[in-house]
Amino acid sequence: MSVPAELHYTEEHEWVSIAGDTATVGITDYAAQQLGDVVYVSLPAVGVAVTSGEPCGEVESTKSVSDLYSPVDGEVVEANEELDDDPGLVNAEPYGAGWMFRVRIPAGSGGEAALPPGLLTAAEYEELTKSAG
Amino acid sequence: MTDFAGWLMPLRYGSETAEHKAVRTGAALFDLSHMGEIAVTGPGAAEALDYAVCGWPSQLAPGRARYTMLCAPDGGVLDDLVIYRQAPDRFLVVANAANTAVVLGELRRRCAGAVVQDETEATGLIAIQGPNAPGILSRVTDLPLEDMRYYAGASGTVGGCPAWVARTGYTGEDGFEIYCAAGDAERVWTALSEGAEAGLPAAGLAARDTLRLEAGMPLYGNELGPDVTPYEAGLGRVVRLDKPSDFVGRAALAERAKEGPRRTLIGLVARSRRVPRHGYAVLSGSADVGVVTSGAPSPTLGTPIAMAYVATGATGPFGIDVRGTTEPADLTELPFYDRRKQR
Repeated sequence: MSVPAELHYTEEHEWVSIAGDTATVGITDYAAQQLGDVVYVSLPAVGVAVTSGEPCGEVESTKSVSDLYSPVDGEVVEANEELDDDPGLVNAEPYGAGWMFRVRIPAGSGGEAALPPGLLTAAEYEELTKSAG
Repeated sequence: MTDFAGWLMPLRYGSETAEHKAVRTGAALFDLSHMGEIAVTGPGAAEALDYAVCGWPSQLAPGRARYTMLCAPDGGVLDDLVIYRQAPDRFLVVANAANTAVVLGELRRRCAGAVVQDETEATGLIAIQGPNAPGILSRVTDLPLEDMRYYAGASGTVGGCPAWVARTGYTGEDGFEIYCAAGDAERVWTALSEGAEAGLPAAGLAARDTLRLEAGMPLYGNELGPDVTPYEAGLGRVVRLDKPSDFVGRAALAERAKEGPRRTLIGLVARSRRVPRHGYAVLSGSADVGVVTSGAPSPTLGTPIAMAYVATGATGPFGIDVRGTTEPADLTELPFYDRRKQR
């Protein structure tokens, strides 16, 4: 199971990477393995405002359906349309081609994109998945 | 891995979709050793079983098998079973893992004049399912498989191990179930794997569930239960009211046959990609008319499918309440997948 060190994580098994004012969001390798084959991903539409910790989509697998939570506040600027034709990308490349949506996050007081509190480091997330068995 | 009726079972070995497709297009192996095997033996075994189940086991020729049900006195289904007549005086009753104790208890109570023995722990069960199953199995068994009909079985060897080999399964494909000593299960599995030139994937419970759902086969706990009679499940044919002797549930089932089922098991194909799942409400217009018993994305059809109980007479157009949004679904005849029509 892979947990890239440069990413941030949520307790709901999303990952987020920040570049400038844009956050890219997906679900972790651990989550994809737990779900089994992903067959459909319902993503927030471009232009929609998402709120950290709130559900904004769904991930359907053979055996279950899970809510997709936004790890950040902001406006959706892009959704991964590739997943519509090939939802299996979530299993195959959860941190690459299986990314889900991008959010423009408002700049903080220092001009830097502000990350919401409560995101986990790779080490903390790894610990979480281990304690979950 | 998941806890399944006290057995630690793999939901999937790799990709459950790949496992499913392997069974439809090639072959795959299943470890089904969790299933309950109960032997009913002795000169009185046939008549005893005729009383215990709603089918007619005494009519089975040795070497043949039948799908049947164990019903409660009120006609409710306690388990669905496959019964093999392995010899004139020996029947092997195969029960769902979660119901083995109930079936064993009921058979002991109902089968006066026969010996009822739980062989679950001593028995391994390996299934090879898929169109390539006969070719693969024939390389490692001494049995002539081309002569073996669907729902027939014979004693022979697989990989040198003594086994009861039957042309049965729960996938809607051709295939075999191999009952052997628990200690031989690994040798049987290995022999089959080595007998396959193109590789033989293992398939887990997730694939088993989508395969049986596509084939329109009921699952106990979903389509079948103590509150359901075989008639509602569309399986009235298994109730042998033409059997002259009495059997447990006969009076209630005869009554139910006369008045017709109050609800009907139907097949639905979703138009949306959101998957109907067990317990979701089925709507006709805005009226709640039933409930989904099983639902999954169908790897063969490429769209979600579901079985549901609806009030008899409900005509649709149907929708399914998928977490607060009504998704349209089309009524279809069961099964969703029939290999005789596909090929």
